Amino acid sequence: MVAKRIIPCLDVRNGRVVKGVKFENIQDMADPVVLARYYNESGADELVFYDITASVEGRALFTDILRAVASEIFIPLTVGGGISSLDDFDRVLKCGADKVSVNSGAIKDPSLISAAAKRYGDQCVVLSMDVKRVGGSFRVFAKGGREDTGIDAIEWARRGEERGAGEIVLNSIDTDGVRGGFDMEMLRAIGEVVTIPIVASGGAGKMEDFLELFKYDRIDAGLAAGIFHTKQVNIRELKEYLAVNGVNVRL
Amino acid sequence: MIAIIDYGVGNLFSLSSSLKFLGLDCLVTSKKEEIEASEKIILPGVGAFGDAMAKLKETGLVETIREQAGLKPLLGICLGMQLLFEKSYEYGEHEGLRLIEGVIASLAADINPDLKVPHMGWNRLYVLRDDPIFRYFKSGEWVYYVHSYYAKNCEESTLALSEYDAPVTGLVRSGLTYGAQFHPEKSGEAGLKLLRGFAEL
Repeated sequence: MVAKRIIPCLDVRNGRVVKGVKFENIQDMADPVVLARYYNESGADELVFYDITASVEGRALFTDILRAVASEIFIPLTVGGGISSLDDFDRVLKCGADKVSVNSGAIKDPSLISAAAKRYGDQCVVLSMDVKRVGGSFRVFAKGGREDTGIDAIEWARRGEERGAGEIVLNSIDTDGVRGGFDMEMLRAIGEVVTIPIVASGGAGKMEDFLELFKYDRIDAGLAAGIFHTKQVNIRELKEYLAVNGVNVRL
Repeated sequence: MIAIIDYGVGNLFSLSSSLKFLGLDCLVTSKKEEIEASEKIILPGVGAFGDAMAKLKETGLVETIREQAGLKPLLGICLGMQLLFEKSYEYGEHEGLRLIEGVIASLAADINPDLKVPHMGWNRLYVLRDDPIFRYFKSGEWVYYVHSYYAKNCEESTLALSEYDAPVTGLVRSGLTYGAQFHPEKSGEAGLKLLRGFAEL
């Protein structure tokens, strides 16, 4: 059977991997190529690259880095950040991406999901959602978590699947960088309404958090950044721990 | 030199990178002469069977591939592997290259409906019959799949398979023609070992 996946996420800005807390206080962490190599060797199942560069020059730098990583890391690569057209899909796929993650671009124009799924196949289109509690409900935020779209997260996930997204990444803004565990309440709320694979993100602080996460069988993958970058959690050790506790992982 | 056939289907970046990483000479090409001059051929592909076969016909390479397949090792990957079979039932019925006996059928129709399709992610590949391509590969290593259709009625050519409720044909061989349903170029170390095994055939 298909293994549960552990995915480190590299947020790249101006050619460097950075990390924030609750999407703020962005700090410099590492060289993306060096870090990607480290993850490849430590048994990561996939890599996610987010381009959080604002400028056009930054974007060109990002594709150079993406190409450098893709030419020596032979596991699936998902790329996101500023994807708002089929041309953007084309640009990153040509640099070695296997899947492309859409977020704000899909909120602005939901037909991007269906158009991309039709051209590149469902498996290529990842809907990434930044979710935060507002009042009593889960709301989708745009622009790197800065803007409340007013869209209900459960509804948005369902629509994303209908339009052909092949996978969904659920980022909890409430738990991002807090390291107190994944947002199980939010994950369950959305897990019940979609059938496509779910990648959980935001809040992992220790190995036990991943075990807790995979107890909910609708989750296919756990994504984290800070705890992996700082080597607080080693991916191979994490997977060995999960395997001992009955989770099917690739070792 | 390994010729990677470019017929406008899919992403060839990872495949050529992984061969280069292994120190192997390769050339992405759609030229008949270059394919004929190569020592080995890789036929990649992603997307739908019908479209891919139509594009392959447009390049005028169908006869070249069929001819060359009898002379040198050829490896079809993912959809490229499916094209090697007699026919596919993906969105209708389409004829393939007919280099390997068997058909391409819907995976969803043959497995527990609770399981997700596409069959996407890492799965173990179990070797049924030893072959030189497994020179560096151990049975049970993990490979990366992304597909919704799969090869069946091909017991004679199946070298290795994975389990996804039903047995999923993973690696096939008929004569010098090989096919991998998974993506060796995305399967980490295990995938590189299979590519090395192929390159050394």
